[in-house]
Amino acid sequence: MSALPFWPHEASAYSAEIDHLALAFTVLIVLLSAPVFVLMIIFAVKYRRGRTADRRHPVNSRIGFEISWAVIPFAAMLVFYVWSTRLYFQQHHPPGNALEIQVVAKQWMWKFQHPGGQREINELHVPIGRPILLTLASQDVIHDLYVPALRLKQDVVPGRYTSLWFDADTVGVYRLQCSQFCGADHAVMGGYVHLLSPSDYARWLEQAGTDMSLASQGAALFRTRGCSGCHGAAATVKAPKLEGLFGHEVPLSDGSVVTADAQYIRDSILMPHAQVAAGYPDIMPTFQNVLAEDDVLKLVAYIKSLAAEPRSKP
Amino acid sequence: MTDVPINKRADPNDIRDRGLSETPEERASYLRAGHTLRSWFLTTDHKRIALLYLVSVTFFFFVGGIAAALIRIDLLTPEGDLLSNEGYNRAFTLHGVIMVWFFLIPSIPNTFGNFLIPLMIGAKDLAFPRLNLLSWYIYVIGGLCTLFVLVAGGVDTGWTFYTPLSSMFAHGQVVMAATAVFIVGFSSILTGLNFIVTIHKLRCPGMTWGRLPLFVWSHYATSLILVLATPVLSITLALIAAERLFGVGVFDPKLGGDPLLYQHLFWFYSHPAVYIMVLPGLGVVSELVTAAARKRVFGYWFVAGSSLAIAAVGFLVWGHHMFVAGQSMYASAVFSFLSLVVAVPSAVKVYNWTATLYKGQIAIDPPFLFAASFIGLFVFGGLTGLVLAMLAVDMHVHDTYFVIAHFHYIMVGGTVSAYFGALHFWWPKMFGRTYPMVWGRIMALLIYLGFNLTFFPQFILGYLGMPRRYHVYPPEWQVWNVLSSTGASILGIAYLLPFVYLLWSLRYGPPASANPWGAAGLEWTVPSPPPKENFVETPVVDYPAYNYPMEMEEGARG
Ligand code: HEC
Ligand SMILES: [Cu+2]
Ligand SMILES: [Cu+2]
Repeated sequence: MSALPFWPHEASAYSAEIDHLALAFTVLIVLLSAPVFVLMIIFAVKYRRGRTADRRHPVNSRIGFEISWAVIPFAAMLVFYVWSTRLYFQQHHPPGNALEIQVVAKQWMWKFQHPGGQREINELHVPIGRPILLTLASQDVIHDLYVPALRLKQDVVPGRYTSLWFDADTVGVYRLQCSQFCGADHAVMGGYVHLLSPSDYARWLEQAGTDMSLASQGAALFRTRGCSGCHGAAATVKAPKLEGLFGHEVPLSDGSVVTADAQYIRDSILMPHAQVAAGYPDIMPTFQNVLAEDDVLKLVAYIKSLAAEPRSKP
Repeated sequence: MTDVPINKRADPNDIRDRGLSETPEERASYLRAGHTLRSWFLTTDHKRIALLYLVSVTFFFFVGGIAAALIRIDLLTPEGDLLSNEGYNRAFTLHGVIMVWFFLIPSIPNTFGNFLIPLMIGAKDLAFPRLNLLSWYIYVIGGLCTLFVLVAGGVDTGWTFYTPLSSMFAHGQVVMAATAVFIVGFSSILTGLNFIVTIHKLRCPGMTWGRLPLFVWSHYATSLILVLATPVLSITLALIAAERLFGVGVFDPKLGGDPLLYQHLFWFYSHPAVYIMVLPGLGVVSELVTAAARKRVFGYWFVAGSSLAIAAVGFLVWGHHMFVAGQSMYASAVFSFLSLVVAVPSAVKVYNWTATLYKGQIAIDPPFLFAASFIGLFVFGGLTGLVLAMLAVDMHVHDTYFVIAHFHYIMVGGTVSAYFGALHFWWPKMFGRTYPMVWGRIMALLIYLGFNLTFFPQFILGYLGMPRRYHVYPPEWQVWNVLSSTGASILGIAYLLPFVYLLWSLRYGPPASANPWGAAGLEWTVPSPPPKENFVETPVVDYPAYNYPMEMEEGARG
């Protein structure tokens, strides 16, 4: 047993602010509950049965009191409500310049893919001093990526991408855990986040380096998995060109219009019949049991890299 | 009472005779109205059914307790040594399933509600006595299914049965466990229905809504939730079974389903279910506090109305279980706000109880000690719930031991304390015997200390980042886990104590008078234990609830 730990590490300005919020709120809790504890003891002593005390004119109701002890604590709570909701909203708006890392959870491991194509399992190396955006996908059940030192967690839900971003400021090695029960080895589905200085991160990237970026790995898959047979320049089938697709609006055959984000691309690959692009036949096969989530993420990265190219009309 | 020699032959006419095996009241009571097994297992007397529940609910409390003991022993060390990963998962799943559906939900309503509601409102029985018996049988069948799950290898989904883990991936007896909960749900629904009709229809002359004991009000609110929320759970469990057995795509995205839909449905039931578990406890405490202080409750209508408010708003906060699940942030903001709102009526109750004590005649007997520890633990549990309602803080402590500690403060610190408080308060009424006060006091204190030692360290563990459902953890957290397990063993001993002195009292306890606590309420006007038909003559009420004498001027009687 090592020394008593009372407080978790703070690895970002955000985690420090969460601690301030939690501590200030604790003070409020103590203030609100102290009267109950103190008065209960005082009354129990003072008005103990058999003891003489002034018990004349007991009160059985005083609307003013009751309203005020309903309303005043509530009003105090609202201050904290605004504070914490603001932080939560901020947590749902990742800055545009974030470094994007793809995360795939599966029973019972964490896989990470860096934009340069580096891959790691149960270990995540990221630089401090710049926002990091994690895109989370699950291969099977719901998991949850939790880094206590960052005071952050996010469920990883199969069938949809969720995300988590942070801007760490303290280098170190911090625990990362799965905090959503996910079956037999849930309790050991963990690892470490290595928060590195930018230069250390650059060195790490080099040493872990691959010759292909994530997008080029996606491009390779695009050819080997036969996507290019329909979507490629030379294709004879009537299928939409994917250049300039990402981030643009897509009219669907049912008349609605969606924005082609990562989720849409993913669903187009795994559930092509759910949303069919307008003007095209519904002939794309599903890749549900062919492609794993990490491959899909590569394809998404590839299609995203084509965003700048001109969009072709059906 | 102590000067009566025990070796003397029992004198049936001496009510203070300790060796007495049967008092005249007992001879005429519901306890002796039929001695055959059949007279118990086919009874329609609400008091006997209450005792059937008392025995079966207590049985499941100890089965769930054994699972808790395994968990706490395993957590003594950072490695998973006592149980394998699978074994641990099965232990906490069974602990949750049994404690929630086979102990906490039926505990107070089905035993004390059953026993007391007719007595409190001046009725001879519940509105549907045979339905009442049926609901016990349904409970037993559900319970047997759970025991079957236990011997057939258990289930490893957590009591929350999250999909697609439960519907597509888990290996255990998921369908059987879901069936058990499905079945026991009907017991809840029937009991709720029975209470609602009884409270509407069977109040004795003069027992207006404004004169109902608060215990009855809170059971009324509980029953509304039982009837409205339980069917949602039943259908959700049926959908899990459909997906698991037949591949009907409802929750698994691979089949075109939505896993979050499951969480919405589940918590739409399970958050109100928290209030099913705690509202009856709040009702008990209102009775205990007023009786201990011999005073009318402060702000009757606020306390009664707050039960209904909790029941109503409690239906609108389920999304606070999904702040990190990927739900829209605007939805989260609304649920966070409503979760603060739902705390207001609970706060009103607590402050009103405190005000009730003011200028009271407080007897420091077991009922008061249980009520006081309930209040302390409930306040703390409730306020830490507000910490969890804070969106940004929840992102840190959600699904950690902080949550475990929070809801055990409410469920165990609150409901279980209220259950034992009720047991100690109404025991003389139910069985006609009193138990040694000192043992009741010791138990109340042990529970309070053991409880805090068990669960307070878990708040710290949670803030340090220990996820729930982990039995392998970093060594630096061992201290807190050892403290917690130590507290749990104190708690375990405390829970076993009443077995000794309460059972002892059945034979050797001094007979109780009709109103041993000097409490107000119709249940204290009938003999202890009550006769089979409760009231020989239908009572007529022409006074308010908690009609304790008040001291107005100097010299007036108090
Ligand atoms: C059999 C031919 C075929 C193959 C093979 C095929 N697709 Fe498609 N794909 C289509 C057609 C046709 C559409 C338009 C109809 C629809 O939306 O389903 C389409 C639509 C799409 C869209 C949505 C485009 C838009 O404009 O909305 C994406 C993204 C996509 N495919 C990606 C892929 C990827 C990645 C692969 C390889 C893993 C692939 N497709 C393989 C035929 C194909
Ligand atoms: Cu997990
Ligand atoms: Cu809830």
